[in-house]
Amino acid sequence: MSRNDGKKDSSASTFRKIDVDQYSDNNFREEDADGGIGGPTEALISVLRSAPLGCKNQQVKDNARNLTLKVLLSIKSTQIDDCLGQLDRDLLDVLMKYIYRGFEIPTEGSSSHLLTWHEKVYNISGVGSIVRAFADSKRA
Amino acid sequence: MTEVHNLGVDAISCHAWNKDRKEVAICPNNNEIQVYKRTSSGWKLLQNLQEHDMHVMGIDWAPNTNRIVTCSADKNAYVWTQEGDGKWNPAWVLLRINRAATCVKWSPLGTMLVKPFARSENKFAVGSGGRVIAVCYFVSENNWWQCKHIKRPLRSTVTTVDWHPDNKVLVAGSTDYKVRVFSAFISDMEDAPGNGPWGHSNTLGTLLAEFQNTPNGGGWIHSVVFSPCGNKICWVAHNSSICIADATKGNAVIRLYTEHLPFLNCVWMGSNSIVAVHKHGHSCMPMLYSIDDNGQLYFVSKLDNTQKKEAAGLSAMRKFQSLDRQARTDTNDNALDSIHQNTINCVRKVSNNEFSTSGLDGQLVVWDLKYVNKLIWLFNLAAGEFHCWSEDSIKKRNAAKEQKGGKNTVQN
Repeated sequence: MSRNDGKKDSSASTFRKIDVDQYSDNNFREEDADGGIGGPTEALISVLRSAPLGCKNQQVKDNARNLTLKVLLSIKSTQIDDCLGQLDRDLLDVLMKYIYRGFEIPTEGSSSHLLTWHEKVYNISGVGSIVRAFADSKRA
Repeated sequence: MTEVHNLGVDAISCHAWNKDRKEVAICPNNNEIQVYKRTSSGWKLLQNLQEHDMHVMGIDWAPNTNRIVTCSADKNAYVWTQEGDGKWNPAWVLLRINRAATCVKWSPLGTMLVKPFARSENKFAVGSGGRVIAVCYFVSENNWWQCKHIKRPLRSTVTTVDWHPDNKVLVAGSTDYKVRVFSAFISDMEDAPGNGPWGHSNTLGTLLAEFQNTPNGGGWIHSVVFSPCGNKICWVAHNSSICIADATKGNAVIRLYTEHLPFLNCVWMGSNSIVAVHKHGHSCMPMLYSIDDNGQLYFVSKLDNTQKKEAAGLSAMRKFQSLDRQARTDTNDNALDSIHQNTINCVRKVSNNEFSTSGLDGQLVVWDLKYVNKLIWLFNLAAGEFHCWSEDSIKKRNAAKEQKGGKNTVQN
Protein backbone atom coordinates (compact mmCIF):
# COMPACT_ATOMS: atom_id res chain seq x y z
CA MET A 1 0.00 0.00 0.00
CA SER A 2 3.02 2.28 -0.14
CA ARG A 3 1.81 3.53 -3.51
CA ASN A 4 -1.13 5.15 -1.78
CA ASP A 5 1.22 7.44 0.10
CA GLY A 6 2.39 8.97 -3.13
CA LYS A 7 -1.13 10.00 -3.93
CA LYS A 8 -1.29 12.46 -1.03
CA ASP A 9 1.48 14.48 -2.57
CA SER A 10 -0.28 17.40 -4.26
CA SER A 11 2.65 19.39 -5.62
CA ALA A 12 1.86 20.78 -9.06
CA SER A 13 4.07 18.61 -11.25
CA THR A 14 3.30 15.20 -9.83
CA PHE A 15 0.20 14.67 -11.96
CA ARG A 16 2.48 14.42 -14.97
CA LYS A 17 4.08 11.34 -13.52
CA ILE A 18 0.88 9.53 -12.69
CA ASP A 19 0.86 6.07 -14.18
CA VAL A 20 -2.71 5.60 -15.28
CA ASP A 21 -2.50 1.85 -15.00
CA GLN A 22 -1.33 2.00 -11.45
CA TYR A 23 -3.98 4.50 -10.69
CA SER A 24 -6.79 2.16 -11.67
CA ASP A 25 -5.00 -0.56 -9.81
CA ASN A 26 -5.00 1.54 -6.68
CA ASN A 27 -8.63 2.28 -7.09
CA PHE A 28 -9.42 -1.38 -6.84
CA ARG A 29 -7.21 -1.77 -3.83
CA GLU A 30 -8.94 1.05 -2.01
CA GLU A 31 -12.29 -0.65 -2.35
CA ASP A 32 -10.74 -3.86 -1.23
CA ALA A 33 -8.97 -2.34 1.73
CA ASP A 34 -11.78 -0.09 2.90
CA GLY A 35 -14.17 -2.87 3.61
CA GLY A 36 -16.78 -0.19 4.16
CA ILE A 37 -18.07 -0.30 0.59
CA GLY A 38 -18.75 -3.98 0.48
CA GLY A 39 -17.54 -7.45 1.19
CA PRO A 40 -15.54 -9.82 -0.95
CA THR A 41 -18.50 -10.45 -3.25
CA GLU A 42 -18.69 -6.80 -4.22
CA ALA A 43 -14.96 -6.79 -4.75
CA LEU A 44 -15.22 -9.80 -7.04
CA ILE A 45 -18.09 -8.33 -9.05
CA SER A 46 -16.21 -5.07 -9.34
CA VAL A 47 -13.00 -6.63 -10.65
CA LEU A 48 -14.84 -8.92 -13.05
CA ARG A 49 -16.98 -6.08 -14.43
CA SER A 50 -13.94 -3.93 -15.09
CA ALA A 51 -11.79 -6.76 -16.45
CA PRO A 52 -9.66 -5.34 -19.28
CA LEU A 53 -10.19 -8.34 -21.59
CA GLY A 54 -9.90 -6.37 -24.81
CA CYS A 55 -6.92 -4.32 -23.64
CA LYS A 56 -3.76 -4.51 -25.74
CA ASN A 57 -1.40 -3.48 -22.93
CA GLN A 58 -0.11 -6.61 -21.24
CA GLN A 59 0.89 -4.69 -18.11
CA VAL A 60 -2.68 -3.57 -17.53
CA LYS A 61 -3.91 -7.12 -18.03
CA ASP A 62 -1.32 -8.51 -15.62
CA ASN A 63 -2.27 -5.97 -12.97
CA ALA A 64 -5.92 -6.84 -13.33
CA ARG A 65 -5.07 -10.52 -13.18
CA ASN A 66 -3.05 -10.13 -10.00
CA LEU A 67 -5.83 -8.17 -8.40
CA THR A 68 -8.53 -10.63 -9.42
CA LEU A 69 -6.47 -13.53 -8.13
CA LYS A 70 -5.91 -11.70 -4.87
CA VAL A 71 -9.67 -11.29 -4.50
CA LEU A 72 -10.32 -14.91 -5.45
CA LEU A 73 -7.78 -16.26 -2.98
CA SER A 74 -9.03 -14.03 -0.19
CA ILE A 75 -12.56 -15.43 -0.41
CA LYS A 76 -12.93 -18.44 1.83
CA SER A 77 -14.19 -21.75 0.48
CA THR A 78 -17.37 -21.49 2.52
CA GLN A 79 -18.22 -18.09 1.04
CA ILE A 80 -17.80 -19.17 -2.58
CA ASP A 81 -21.36 -20.37 -3.05
CA ASP A 82 -22.91 -17.13 -1.77
CA CYS A 83 -20.53 -15.22 -3.94
CA LEU A 84 -21.32 -17.14 -7.12
CA GLY A 85 -25.03 -16.81 -6.47
CA GLN A 86 -24.75 -13.10 -7.17
CA LEU A 87 -22.86 -13.37 -10.45
CA ASP A 88 -24.68 -13.41 -13.77
CA ARG A 89 -23.70 -15.75 -16.57
CA ASP A 90 -21.39 -13.33 -18.37
CA LEU A 91 -19.41 -12.66 -15.21
CA LEU A 92 -19.12 -16.39 -14.57
CA ASP A 93 -17.47 -16.75 -17.98
CA VAL A 94 -15.03 -13.94 -17.13
CA LEU A 95 -14.35 -15.58 -13.77
CA MET A 96 -13.58 -18.88 -15.50
CA LYS A 97 -10.99 -17.12 -17.65
CA TYR A 98 -9.25 -15.75 -14.54
CA ILE A 99 -9.35 -19.14 -12.84
CA TYR A 100 -7.48 -20.66 -15.77
CA ARG A 101 -5.12 -17.71 -15.81
CA GLY A 102 -4.46 -18.34 -12.14
CA PHE A 103 -3.49 -21.93 -12.85
CA GLU A 104 -0.73 -20.60 -15.10
CA ILE A 105 1.03 -18.74 -12.31
CA PRO A 106 0.66 -20.83 -9.18
CA THR A 107 1.61 -19.45 -5.80
CA GLU A 108 1.64 -21.44 -2.61
CA GLY A 109 -1.78 -22.96 -2.00
CA SER A 110 -3.40 -21.04 -4.82
CA SER A 111 -4.05 -23.97 -7.13
CA SER A 112 -6.07 -26.01 -4.66
CA HIS A 113 -8.19 -23.00 -3.85
CA LEU A 114 -8.67 -22.20 -7.53
CA LEU A 115 -9.71 -25.82 -8.11
CA THR A 116 -12.48 -25.30 -5.58
CA TRP A 117 -13.56 -22.21 -7.50
CA HIS A 118 -13.34 -24.13 -10.76
CA GLU A 119 -15.51 -26.93 -9.46
CA LYS A 120 -18.21 -24.57 -8.23
CA VAL A 121 -18.31 -22.48 -11.40
CA TYR A 122 -18.39 -25.67 -13.46
CA ASN A 123 -21.40 -26.88 -11.45
CA ILE A 124 -23.30 -23.76 -12.46
CA SER A 125 -22.30 -23.02 -16.02
CA GLY A 126 -21.02 -26.41 -17.17
CA VAL A 127 -18.43 -27.19 -19.79
CA GLY A 128 -19.79 -24.27 -21.82
CA SER A 129 -17.91 -21.72 -19.75
CA ILE A 130 -14.68 -23.75 -19.99
CA VAL A 131 -15.04 -23.87 -23.77
CA ARG A 132 -15.66 -20.13 -23.82
CA ALA A 133 -12.57 -19.49 -21.71
CA PHE A 134 -10.54 -21.21 -24.43
CA ALA A 135 -12.47 -20.10 -27.52
CA ASP A 136 -12.67 -16.37 -26.89
CA SER A 137 -9.95 -14.36 -28.53
CA LYS A 138 -10.02 -11.77 -25.77
CA ARG A 139 -8.21 -13.52 -22.98
CA ALA A 140 -7.91 -12.62 -19.34
CA MET B 1 -40.40 -41.68 -33.50
CA THR B 2 -36.92 -42.28 -34.77
CA GLU B 3 -35.67 -44.46 -37.59
CA VAL B 4 -32.09 -45.68 -37.34
CA HIS B 5 -30.41 -46.68 -40.59
CA ASN B 6 -27.13 -48.47 -40.73
CA LEU B 7 -25.44 -48.33 -44.11
CA GLY B 8 -22.53 -50.53 -43.15
CA VAL B 9 -19.91 -47.80 -43.22
CA ASP B 10 -17.65 -46.79 -40.34
CA ALA B 11 -18.31 -43.08 -40.43
CA ILE B 12 -20.46 -40.69 -42.40
CA SER B 13 -19.01 -37.24 -42.84
CA CYS B 14 -22.03 -35.78 -44.66
CA HIS B 15 -25.25 -36.86 -46.31
CA ALA B 16 -28.00 -35.53 -48.57
CA TRP B 17 -31.44 -36.87 -49.51
CA ASN B 18 -33.15 -36.82 -52.86
CA LYS B 19 -36.58 -35.25 -53.24
CA ASP B 20 -38.76 -38.21 -52.22
CA ARG B 21 -36.26 -39.55 -49.63
CA LYS B 22 -35.96 -42.89 -51.42
CA GLU B 23 -32.29 -42.28 -52.07
CA VAL B 24 -29.47 -40.85 -50.04
CA ALA B 25 -25.96 -39.76 -50.95
CA ILE B 26 -23.35 -40.11 -48.23
CA CYS B 27 -19.65 -39.64 -47.90
CA PRO B 28 -18.02 -42.48 -45.92
CA ASN B 29 -15.36 -40.11 -44.57
CA ASN B 30 -13.07 -40.42 -47.58
CA ASN B 31 -12.90 -39.26 -51.19
CA GLU B 32 -15.96 -41.20 -52.36
CA ILE B 33 -19.67 -40.47 -52.49
CA GLN B 34 -22.03 -43.41 -52.21
CA VAL B 35 -25.60 -43.27 -53.47
CA TYR B 36 -27.98 -45.68 -51.70
CA LYS B 37 -31.55 -46.61 -52.55
CA ARG B 38 -34.10 -47.72 -49.97
CA THR B 39 -35.51 -51.15 -50.80
CA SER B 40 -37.75 -53.52 -48.92
CA SER B 41 -34.71 -55.48 -47.79
CA GLY B 42 -32.66 -52.52 -46.66
CA TRP B 43 -30.35 -50.05 -48.32
CA LYS B 44 -28.83 -50.96 -51.67
CA LEU B 45 -25.69 -49.29 -52.98
CA LEU B 46 -26.49 -47.89 -56.43
CA GLN B 47 -23.24 -46.23 -57.35
CA ASN B 48 -19.93 -45.22 -55.88
CA LEU B 49 -19.03 -41.79 -57.23
CA GLN B 50 -15.27 -41.56 -57.46
CA GLU B 51 -13.94 -38.39 -58.95
CA HIS B 52 -12.48 -36.49 -56.01
CA ASP B 53 -8.91 -37.09 -54.90
CA MET B 54 -9.29 -36.00 -51.29
CA HIS B 55 -11.91 -35.92 -48.53
CA VAL B 56 -15.37 -34.88 -49.63
CA MET B 57 -16.38 -31.87 -47.52
CA GLY B 58 -19.91 -31.24 -48.70
CA ILE B 59 -22.80 -32.84 -50.60
CA ASP B 60 -26.05 -31.21 -51.66
CA TRP B 61 -28.84 -32.77 -53.69
CA ALA B 62 -31.11 -30.40 -55.61
CA PRO B 63 -34.67 -31.71 -55.23
CA ASN B 64 -36.13 -30.18 -58.40
CA THR B 65 -33.35 -30.57 -60.93
CA ASN B 66 -32.19 -33.84 -59.35
CA ARG B 67 -28.53 -32.89 -59.49
CA ILE B 68 -25.90 -33.56 -56.86
CA VAL B 69 -23.12 -31.12 -56.16
CA THR B 70 -20.09 -32.22 -54.18
CA CYS B 71 -17.02 -30.35 -53.03
CA SER B 72 -13.78 -31.63 -51.65
CA ALA B 73 -10.50 -30.75 -50.00
CA ASP B 74 -8.85 -31.27 -53.41
CA LYS B 75 -10.15 -27.75 -54.33
CA ASN B 76 -12.69 -29.12 -56.81
CA ALA B 77 -16.44 -29.30 -57.07
CA TYR B 78 -18.48 -31.53 -59.36
CA VAL B 79 -22.09 -31.33 -60.46
CA TRP B 80 -23.45 -34.84 -60.98
CA THR B 81 -26.34 -35.41 -63.36
CA GLN B 82 -28.20 -38.66 -63.80
CA GLU B 83 -28.25 -40.27 -67.24
CA GLY B 84 -31.14 -42.29 -68.66
CA ASP B 85 -29.66 -45.53 -67.36
CA GLY B 86 -29.48 -44.16 -63.82
CA LYS B 87 -25.72 -43.61 -63.83
CA TRP B 88 -24.37 -40.35 -62.39
CA ASN B 89 -21.99 -38.33 -64.53
CA PRO B 90 -19.72 -35.63 -63.17
CA ALA B 91 -19.28 -32.16 -64.64
CA TRP B 92 -16.25 -30.29 -63.39
CA VAL B 93 -16.82 -26.81 -61.98
CA LEU B 94 -14.35 -24.03 -62.63
CA LEU B 95 -13.89 -22.88 -59.02
CA ARG B 96 -10.58 -21.00 -59.28
CA ILE B 97 -9.80 -21.48 -55.57
CA ASN B 98 -6.38 -22.26 -54.17
CA ARG B 99 -7.43 -23.90 -50.91
CA ALA B 100 -9.83 -26.71 -49.97
CA ALA B 101 -13.52 -26.28 -50.69
CA THR B 102 -15.24 -26.60 -47.32
CA CYS B 103 -18.99 -26.41 -47.88
CA VAL B 104 -21.51 -26.31 -50.71
CA LYS B 105 -25.20 -25.43 -51.00
CA TRP B 106 -27.65 -25.28 -53.91
CA SER B 107 -29.68 -22.11 -54.15
CA PRO B 108 -33.42 -22.57 -53.53
CA LEU B 109 -35.90 -22.02 -56.32
CA GLY B 110 -34.89 -19.27 -58.67
CA THR B 111 -36.51 -17.99 -61.81
CA MET B 112 -34.06 -18.01 -64.66
CA LEU B 113 -34.00 -16.17 -67.91
CA VAL B 114 -32.64 -19.22 -69.64
CA LYS B 115 -35.55 -21.50 -70.41
CA PRO B 116 -34.41 -25.06 -69.65
CA PHE B 117 -33.84 -24.36 -65.96
CA ALA B 118 -36.87 -22.20 -65.29
CA ARG B 119 -37.90 -22.36 -61.62
CA SER B 120 -35.07 -24.55 -60.46
CA GLU B 121 -31.90 -24.58 -58.45
CA ASN B 122 -29.81 -22.48 -60.77
CA LYS B 123 -26.82 -21.53 -58.60
CA PHE B 124 -24.75 -22.93 -55.83
CA ALA B 125 -22.26 -21.47 -53.41
CA VAL B 126 -18.98 -23.06 -52.38
CA GLY B 127 -17.08 -21.88 -49.32
CA SER B 128 -13.34 -22.27 -49.29
CA GLY B 129 -10.29 -22.19 -47.09
CA GLY B 130 -8.87 -19.53 -49.39
CA ARG B 131 -11.03 -16.81 -47.80
CA VAL B 132 -13.39 -16.88 -50.71
CA ILE B 133 -16.96 -17.86 -51.57
CA ALA B 134 -17.51 -19.03 -55.14
CA VAL B 135 -21.03 -18.46 -56.43
CA CYS B 136 -21.40 -20.84 -59.37
CA TYR B 137 -23.85 -20.88 -62.26
CA PHE B 138 -24.22 -22.66 -65.55
CA VAL B 139 -23.15 -20.91 -68.74
CA SER B 140 -24.94 -22.66 -71.58
CA GLU B 141 -22.86 -21.00 -74.33
CA ASN B 142 -19.72 -22.66 -73.01
CA ASN B 143 -21.57 -25.64 -71.58
CA TRP B 144 -19.84 -25.49 -68.22
CA TRP B 145 -20.25 -24.30 -64.64
CA GLN B 146 -18.36 -21.16 -63.85
CA CYS B 147 -18.24 -18.93 -60.83
CA LYS B 148 -17.83 -15.46 -59.45
CA HIS B 149 -15.97 -14.81 -56.23
CA ILE B 150 -16.93 -13.04 -53.04
CA LYS B 151 -13.66 -12.07 -51.36
CA ARG B 152 -14.08 -9.01 -49.22
CA PRO B 153 -14.16 -8.70 -46.27
CA LEU B 154 -13.63 -12.40 -45.56
CA ARG B 155 -10.54 -12.82 -43.41
CA SER B 156 -10.42 -16.54 -42.89
CA THR B 157 -11.80 -19.93 -43.96
CA VAL B 158 -15.49 -19.99 -44.83
CA THR B 159 -16.97 -22.89 -42.86
CA THR B 160 -20.63 -22.68 -43.78
CA VAL B 161 -22.97 -21.06 -46.33
CA ASP B 162 -26.73 -20.84 -46.71
CA TRP B 163 -29.17 -19.27 -49.19
CA HIS B 164 -32.02 -16.89 -48.51
CA PRO B 165 -35.31 -18.27 -49.90
CA ASP B 166 -35.41 -15.43 -52.45
CA ASN B 167 -32.33 -16.92 -54.16
CA LYS B 168 -30.38 -13.66 -54.16
CA VAL B 169 -28.92 -13.32 -50.68
CA LEU B 170 -26.27 -15.53 -49.11
CA VAL B 171 -25.08 -15.92 -45.53
CA ALA B 172 -21.66 -17.25 -44.63
CA GLY B 173 -19.95 -18.14 -41.37
CA SER B 174 -16.21 -18.04 -41.05
CA THR B 175 -13.30 -18.88 -38.78
CA ASP B 176 -12.67 -15.16 -38.32
CA TYR B 177 -15.53 -15.28 -35.75
CA LYS B 178 -17.95 -13.45 -38.01
CA VAL B 179 -21.21 -14.12 -39.80
CA ARG B 180 -21.81 -12.11 -42.95
CA VAL B 181 -24.79 -11.61 -45.21
CA PHE B 182 -23.91 -10.97 -48.86
CA SER B 183 -25.78 -10.11 -51.99
CA ALA B 184 -25.52 -13.11 -54.33
CA PHE B 185 -27.20 -11.47 -57.30
CA ILE B 186 -25.64 -12.41 -60.62
CA SER B 187 -26.46 -9.86 -63.28
CA ASP B 188 -25.58 -12.23 -66.15
CA MET B 189 -28.50 -14.47 -65.47
CA GLU B 190 -30.97 -12.75 -63.16
CA ASP B 191 -33.22 -9.85 -63.99
CA ALA B 192 -33.71 -7.93 -60.76
CA PRO B 193 -32.17 -8.09 -57.30
CA GLY B 194 -34.43 -9.27 -54.50
CA ASN B 195 -36.21 -6.86 -52.25
CA GLY B 196 -35.87 -8.70 -48.97
CA PRO B 197 -35.45 -7.51 -45.39
CA TRP B 198 -31.66 -7.76 -45.57
CA GLY B 199 -31.48 -5.10 -48.28
CA HIS B 200 -30.53 -5.53 -51.90
CA SER B 201 -27.74 -4.72 -54.25
CA ASN B 202 -27.03 -4.94 -57.95
CA THR B 203 -23.57 -6.35 -57.47
CA LEU B 204 -22.47 -9.72 -56.26
CA GLY B 205 -20.65 -9.70 -52.97
CA THR B 206 -22.04 -6.51 -51.47
CA LEU B 207 -21.91 -6.88 -47.70
CA LEU B 208 -25.47 -6.48 -46.42
CA ALA B 209 -24.87 -7.28 -42.76
CA GLU B 210 -22.05 -8.41 -40.53
CA PHE B 211 -22.25 -9.94 -37.06
CA GLN B 212 -19.45 -10.62 -34.63
CA ASN B 213 -20.05 -13.89 -32.82
CA THR B 214 -19.62 -12.22 -29.44
CA PRO B 215 -17.96 -8.97 -28.34
CA ASN B 216 -15.17 -11.17 -26.92
CA GLY B 217 -14.44 -12.98 -30.15
CA GLY B 218 -16.09 -16.26 -29.36
CA GLY B 219 -14.57 -18.83 -31.65
CA TRP B 220 -15.27 -20.26 -35.08
CA ILE B 221 -18.72 -20.26 -36.64
CA HIS B 222 -19.72 -23.88 -37.23
CA SER B 223 -23.03 -23.48 -38.98
CA VAL B 224 -25.37 -20.68 -40.06
CA VAL B 225 -28.86 -21.04 -41.54
CA PHE B 226 -31.68 -18.81 -42.72
CA SER B 227 -35.08 -19.29 -41.13
CA PRO B 228 -37.81 -20.61 -43.50
CA CYS B 229 -39.17 -17.07 -44.01
CA GLY B 230 -35.67 -15.70 -44.52
CA ASN B 231 -36.01 -12.90 -41.99
CA LYS B 232 -33.80 -14.46 -39.36
CA ILE B 233 -30.48 -16.23 -39.32
CA CYS B 234 -29.34 -18.64 -36.67
CA TRP B 235 -25.75 -19.63 -36.07
CA VAL B 236 -23.86 -21.91 -33.72
CA ALA B 237 -20.21 -21.40 -32.86
CA HIS B 238 -17.35 -22.86 -30.93
CA ASN B 239 -18.15 -20.97 -27.72
CA SER B 240 -21.19 -23.24 -27.19
CA SER B 241 -23.55 -20.45 -28.12
CA ILE B 242 -26.64 -20.24 -30.26
CA CYS B 243 -27.33 -16.83 -31.77
CA ILE B 244 -30.21 -15.47 -33.78
CA ALA B 245 -30.21 -12.22 -35.74
CA ASP B 246 -33.45 -10.71 -36.99
CA ALA B 247 -33.45 -8.42 -40.02
CA THR B 248 -36.95 -7.15 -39.28
CA LYS B 249 -35.80 -5.93 -35.87
CA GLY B 250 -32.84 -3.89 -37.02
CA ASN B 251 -30.46 -6.86 -37.05
CA ALA B 252 -30.85 -7.34 -33.31
CA VAL B 253 -28.98 -10.39 -32.05
CA ILE B 254 -30.22 -12.76 -29.36
CA ARG B 255 -27.45 -14.85 -27.82
CA LEU B 256 -27.76 -17.91 -25.67
CA TYR B 257 -24.63 -19.23 -24.02
CA THR B 258 -25.25 -22.85 -23.17
CA GLU B 259 -23.44 -24.99 -20.61
CA HIS B 260 -22.75 -27.76 -23.13
CA LEU B 261 -19.94 -28.56 -25.50
CA PRO B 262 -20.09 -26.59 -28.75
CA PHE B 263 -22.80 -27.31 -31.27
CA LEU B 264 -21.62 -28.32 -34.71
CA ASN B 265 -24.72 -27.88 -36.77
CA CYS B 266 -28.19 -26.42 -36.60
CA VAL B 267 -31.41 -26.48 -38.58
CA TRP B 268 -34.70 -24.57 -38.34
CA MET B 269 -37.80 -26.64 -37.68
CA GLY B 270 -40.59 -24.16 -38.29
CA SER B 271 -40.26 -20.43 -37.80
CA ASN B 272 -39.52 -20.48 -34.08
CA SER B 273 -37.66 -23.68 -33.31
CA ILE B 274 -34.10 -24.72 -33.85
CA VAL B 275 -32.49 -28.11 -33.57
CA ALA B 276 -28.82 -27.96 -32.70
CA VAL B 277 -26.52 -30.95 -32.65
CA HIS B 278 -23.55 -31.60 -30.44
CA LYS B 279 -19.96 -31.80 -31.35
CA HIS B 280 -18.87 -34.65 -29.11
CA GLY B 281 -18.51 -35.72 -25.55
CA HIS B 282 -21.08 -37.67 -23.61
CA SER B 283 -24.09 -36.17 -25.28
CA CYS B 284 -24.14 -37.02 -28.97
CA MET B 285 -27.74 -35.98 -29.31
CA PRO B 286 -29.81 -33.25 -30.90
CA MET B 287 -31.31 -30.58 -28.69
CA LEU B 288 -34.37 -28.49 -29.40
CA TYR B 289 -34.37 -24.75 -28.73
CA SER B 290 -37.24 -22.33 -29.27
CA ILE B 291 -37.90 -18.62 -29.36
CA ASP B 292 -40.61 -17.43 -26.97
CA ASP B 293 -43.04 -14.53 -27.45
CA ASN B 294 -40.56 -12.07 -25.98
CA GLY B 295 -37.96 -13.08 -28.51
CA GLN B 296 -35.82 -14.98 -26.01
CA LEU B 297 -34.18 -18.27 -26.85
CA TYR B 298 -34.82 -21.11 -24.44
CA PHE B 299 -33.96 -24.76 -24.17
CA VAL B 300 -36.92 -27.07 -24.80
CA SER B 301 -35.64 -30.62 -24.58
CA LYS B 302 -33.14 -33.21 -25.57
CA LEU B 303 -34.53 -35.23 -28.44
CA ASP B 304 -32.94 -38.48 -27.44
CA ASN B 305 -34.70 -40.35 -24.66
CA THR B 306 -32.68 -43.53 -24.86
CA GLN B 307 -32.33 -45.04 -21.42
CA LYS B 308 -29.16 -46.43 -20.01
CA LYS B 309 -28.89 -50.11 -20.64
CA GLU B 310 -29.24 -52.10 -17.44
CA ALA B 311 -26.43 -54.53 -16.88
CA ALA B 312 -27.66 -57.86 -15.65
CA GLY B 313 -26.41 -59.44 -12.43
CA LEU B 314 -24.32 -56.60 -11.07
CA SER B 315 -23.40 -57.65 -7.58
CA ALA B 316 -22.70 -55.14 -4.85
CA MET B 317 -19.21 -56.52 -4.51
CA ARG B 318 -18.43 -56.00 -8.17
CA LYS B 319 -19.96 -52.54 -8.07
CA PHE B 320 -17.70 -51.35 -5.27
CA GLN B 321 -14.71 -53.05 -6.80
CA SER B 322 -15.35 -51.24 -10.04
CA LEU B 323 -15.89 -47.94 -8.25
CA ASP B 324 -12.60 -48.44 -6.50
CA ARG B 325 -10.61 -49.36 -9.58
CA GLN B 326 -12.16 -47.26 -12.32
CA ALA B 327 -14.32 -44.71 -10.48
CA ARG B 328 -17.44 -45.90 -12.25
CA THR B 329 -20.17 -48.29 -11.26
CA ASP B 330 -20.44 -50.24 -14.47
CA THR B 331 -17.37 -52.03 -15.77
CA ASN B 332 -18.48 -52.20 -19.38
CA ASP B 333 -20.27 -48.92 -19.95
CA ASN B 334 -18.57 -48.18 -23.23
CA ALA B 335 -21.86 -47.34 -24.92
CA LEU B 336 -23.28 -43.83 -24.68
CA ASP B 337 -26.82 -43.27 -23.46
CA SER B 338 -27.85 -41.98 -26.84
CA ILE B 339 -28.68 -43.34 -30.27
CA HIS B 340 -25.62 -41.82 -31.87
CA GLN B 341 -22.44 -43.23 -30.40
CA ASN B 342 -20.13 -40.56 -31.76
CA THR B 343 -20.06 -37.02 -33.07
CA ILE B 344 -23.02 -35.95 -35.16
CA ASN B 345 -21.61 -33.81 -37.91
CA CYS B 346 -24.41 -33.39 -40.38
CA VAL B 347 -28.06 -32.51 -39.85
CA ARG B 348 -30.63 -32.03 -42.62
CA LYS B 349 -34.24 -31.04 -42.65
CA VAL B 350 -36.29 -33.81 -44.25
CA SER B 351 -39.86 -32.54 -43.91
CA ASN B 352 -41.74 -30.04 -41.77
CA ASN B 353 -41.40 -32.13 -38.65
CA GLU B 354 -38.58 -34.49 -39.51
CA PHE B 355 -34.84 -34.09 -39.75
CA SER B 356 -31.99 -36.50 -40.23
CA THR B 357 -28.58 -36.70 -38.60
CA SER B 358 -25.47 -38.61 -39.51
CA GLY B 359 -22.25 -38.98 -37.63
CA LEU B 360 -18.92 -40.62 -37.15
CA ASP B 361 -20.57 -43.77 -35.78
CA GLY B 362 -21.79 -44.56 -39.31
CA GLN B 363 -25.47 -44.24 -38.42
CA LEU B 364 -28.09 -42.24 -40.24
CA VAL B 365 -31.02 -41.34 -38.00
CA VAL B 366 -34.32 -39.75 -38.97
CA TRP B 367 -36.02 -37.93 -36.09
CA ASP B 368 -39.67 -37.02 -35.93
CA LEU B 369 -40.64 -33.95 -33.92
CA LYS B 370 -44.34 -34.75 -33.83
CA TYR B 371 -44.18 -36.37 -30.44
CA VAL B 372 -41.96 -33.60 -29.13
CA ASN B 373 -44.50 -31.01 -30.21
CA LYS B 374 -47.11 -32.97 -28.31
CA LEU B 375 -44.84 -32.96 -25.29
CA ILE B 376 -44.41 -29.21 -25.53
CA TRP B 377 -48.14 -28.80 -25.71
CA LEU B 378 -48.58 -30.92 -22.60
CA PHE B 379 -45.96 -28.92 -20.78
CA ASN B 380 -47.66 -25.72 -21.76
CA LEU B 381 -50.82 -27.07 -20.16
CA ALA B 382 -48.98 -27.60 -16.92
CA ALA B 383 -47.42 -24.18 -17.13
CA GLY B 384 -45.72 -24.29 -13.75
CA GLU B 385 -43.98 -27.51 -14.57
CA PHE B 386 -42.94 -26.20 -17.95
CA HIS B 387 -40.46 -23.77 -16.48
CA CYS B 388 -38.56 -26.61 -14.86
CA TRP B 389 -37.24 -27.37 -18.31
CA SER B 390 -35.59 -24.08 -18.94
CA GLU B 391 -31.89 -24.16 -18.28
CA ASP B 392 -31.93 -21.24 -15.91
CA SER B 393 -34.42 -22.75 -13.56
CA ILE B 394 -32.51 -26.01 -13.47
CA LYS B 395 -29.41 -24.09 -12.55
CA LYS B 396 -31.23 -22.13 -9.90
CA ARG B 397 -32.45 -25.34 -8.37
CA ASN B 398 -28.97 -26.78 -8.41
CA ALA B 399 -27.58 -23.62 -6.88
CA ALA B 400 -30.23 -23.69 -4.17
CA LYS B 401 -29.38 -27.31 -3.41
CA GLU B 402 -25.71 -26.46 -3.17
CA GLN B 403 -26.38 -23.56 -0.89
CA LYS B 404 -28.32 -25.83 1.41
CA GLY B 405 -25.40 -28.23 1.36
CA GLY B 406 -23.00 -25.41 2.15
CA LYS B 407 -25.05 -24.21 5.11
CA ASN B 408 -25.19 -27.69 6.53
CA THR B 409 -21.44 -27.95 6.56
CA VAL B 410 -21.21 -24.61 8.36
CA GLN B 411 -23.57 -25.78 11.04
CA ASN B 412 -21.61 -28.94 11.52
